[in-house]
Amino acid sequence: MTIEKNEFVTDAIIIGAGPVGLFAVFELGLLDIKAHLIDILDRPGGQCTELYPEKPIYDIPAYPVIGGQELTDNLMKQIEPFKPTFHFSQMAESVTKTEDGKWKVTTDIGTTIIAPVIIIAAGGGSFMPKKPSIPNIESYEGQSVFYAVRKMEQFRDKNLVIAGGGDSALDWTINLQPIAKHVTLIHRRDDFRAAPDSVNKMRELVAEGKMTLKIADLVSINGDAPNMTGLNVKSKEEGESVVACDTLLAFYGLTMKLGPIANFGLNLHENLIPVDTEKFETSEKGIFAIGDINYYPGKLKLILSGFHEAALMAQQAFRYIYPDKKLRFQYTTSSSDLQSKLGVKE
Amino acid sequence: MKLYVTDFDGVEHELEAIEGWRVMEIICDYGLPMKADCGGACLCGTCHVYVAPEWVDKLYPKSDDEEDRLLDDVVEVKDNSRLSCQILMSDALDGLRVTMAPGSKKD
Repeated sequence: MTIEKNEFVTDAIIIGAGPVGLFAVFELGLLDIKAHLIDILDRPGGQCTELYPEKPIYDIPAYPVIGGQELTDNLMKQIEPFKPTFHFSQMAESVTKTEDGKWKVTTDIGTTIIAPVIIIAAGGGSFMPKKPSIPNIESYEGQSVFYAVRKMEQFRDKNLVIAGGGDSALDWTINLQPIAKHVTLIHRRDDFRAAPDSVNKMRELVAEGKMTLKIADLVSINGDAPNMTGLNVKSKEEGESVVACDTLLAFYGLTMKLGPIANFGLNLHENLIPVDTEKFETSEKGIFAIGDINYYPGKLKLILSGFHEAALMAQQAFRYIYPDKKLRFQYTTSSSDLQSKLGVKE
Repeated sequence: MKLYVTDFDGVEHELEAIEGWRVMEIICDYGLPMKADCGGACLCGTCHVYVAPEWVDKLYPKSDDEEDRLLDDVVEVKDNSRLSCQILMSDALDGLRVTMAPGSKKD
């Protein structure tokens, strides 16, 4: 049996792998600071890839126009020489101080990372599932209501309802149909935003009688919480009816919530983290906040502001990580030292 | 040019609207607690409002994008639901009345 390593020690922990978190890897890397990044999404890019991968951005310097995905891809290429470690699909849940004065971040799946500095680049917070507005749904969560699939086995032999009309709903309908006892896909309308291939596959399964498609709105849950016995649904054509089921998987997209950052022990200003404008440091020494999540007089929530903040933050991070070294300001255009770090030296 | 917005506590605010601005932008600029995650790209559904009945027919019809987003990603959709990032203020909409919908509230 292999035990996955889940304890790490490094120089800097970056919470959030959006554009600003990614560029922080670059600025830290030029100063010989190694970084680990944590993100709740399963890939880099944050809002850029989750919300608007194809929408054009017009205010990135030197790019008259660039898409969110392309910007992310370019940043990943730019930071590649510094070999950052990514911890995806997990949320930074707590921050504590170690006995020797370092910071320790623990994620919701138990990964721990220890480093002298933390950089919070969490944008608008964590992307979390939108919940359907069904009374009392919270008391069923974890037992019969889920918003994600972590282990498919969990749904074996379940009488499963999947709600939603996007790619997640369709993909999991197709993947779970063979192992669940029965799958009913419930969507508000008979039109799906998912990949046409998936929609066709789903319709084939329905035609073969292997699953059920129901066009309706979820109204309420039947059962004795946390155990579900069915869902009351309503449609314009058929009125109210009951779908017998023991498990609901709801996919209504993601929304941003500040989440556990509120409990990190930092001063907050309307759910933003106040910082100074020299070092972008929070109320705790060694914890920085850059990008959309921070606040200071004159703050603009722009990607380019986050890039600038990353560069200044890195100067102070260096002082914590290498207290005995002298910080020399160098240009990538001329410094052979920086060029060798970037792997471009002749 | 005026825009009237009822907040989550049922209080109506009179906002100075600006020609060509999105209703969402005016609401956020005024400081009302609207999420508007995606910043107006019609992608997240967190600027959902209910439009006062007398104004529903005066708005531009919904685009397919807006319709998709409302039907797929927004909770408590009604017939007068709109995404406020898709409504551009103009003289014809002077005096528009909207109510901020649940699910669009900033944490």
